[in-house]
Amino acid sequence: MTGRAPLSFDAIEREFASLVERSSQSFGMPVLELRVENLLPLVTGLRDRFDFALFLDVTAVDYLERSPRFDLVYHFYSRRHNQRVRLKMPVPAERPVVPTLTGHYGSARYMEREVHDMYGIEFAGNGDLRPILLYDGFIGHPLRKDYPIEREQPVVPYRAG
Amino acid sequence: MAVMDYMTTKKDELVGWIRKFSLFPYPFVTACCGMEFMAVSSTLYDTDRFGAALPRFTPRQADLLMVVGTISHKEAPILKKVYDQMCEPKWVMAFGACATSGGFYRNYGVLQGIDRVIPVDIYVPGCPPRPETVIDAIMMLQDRIAGDHHPILPAEQRGREPSHADKVFPIFPTADGVPPSQT
Repeated sequence: MTGRAPLSFDAIEREFASLVERSSQSFGMPVLELRVENLLPLVTGLRDRFDFALFLDVTAVDYLERSPRFDLVYHFYSRRHNQRVRLKMPVPAERPVVPTLTGHYGSARYMEREVHDMYGIEFAGNGDLRPILLYDGFIGHPLRKDYPIEREQPVVPYRAG
Repeated sequence: MAVMDYMTTKKDELVGWIRKFSLFPYPFVTACCGMEFMAVSSTLYDTDRFGAALPRFTPRQADLLMVVGTISHKEAPILKKVYDQMCEPKWVMAFGACATSGGFYRNYGVLQGIDRVIPVDIYVPGCPPRPETVIDAIMMLQDRIAGDHHPILPAEQRGREPSHADKVFPIFPTADGVPPSQT
């Protein structure tokens, strides 16, 4: 456990000023917006200097009309400070590749598989991106906004009639 | 000769009467309808009154498959396998809106009614169904079984469509009178 910085929004903002594009607060939770290339240094800093030792979730948001199209949203929790932090990171649809966090948090393996299932975002370095909620043979990514809502991909062939 | 030593009845009526009061359900419970299933099968509503009290914990011993809850496409192969494992005669109840039609889940993941995968004998509407609805469905199914044709004699077996159960448990003689398992 290196350096025990007192946890305030200002402290986090000051510490990562060079890595963060824009920061704000949402109901007392720091929200840091960043670019893909700054993800690993920022996560490393949050974990080692501010004790954000628990990786809560990663998910994505599909803004179909926007460019870059996706937002990747991370949440971390610090048990020592009883504090959460949110990271938002735009990802382009043309090259939806981000670095994996499996080196920092073991639990990232499953969560990244889920995001890969649902949004088709690649996590470079995560060696196991097999379907976790979907099944083998499923084509497409169902939580993308352009996935047709009535498209079915049955595993068992339907009965006649 | 004492009174009631002998009775006359029709074979189908006798077999139907036996079968309708010995429904052994296999609850295939996947979702919240399971709560309602527990209510309907326990004391207050008591499906025991209809002979449908003894849930079997293997489909091989059951003859009523109650599909209770949402079936996703990923779940469908399991449901199909469970259905195929049941011996004839067998009936299927689609319990609740999701098993009947997919319910309010209209998306990539949910099977839009189990009748797309296995044949269904009776549908129970509701989200979840009231216990009275389920009891009504059991009684309707019993009426149907009582009025059904029950081909149990060897002579009646000839010419019928072979079912999947015959392939798994080849107990009916083939045309030359030898059970297929001995050929």
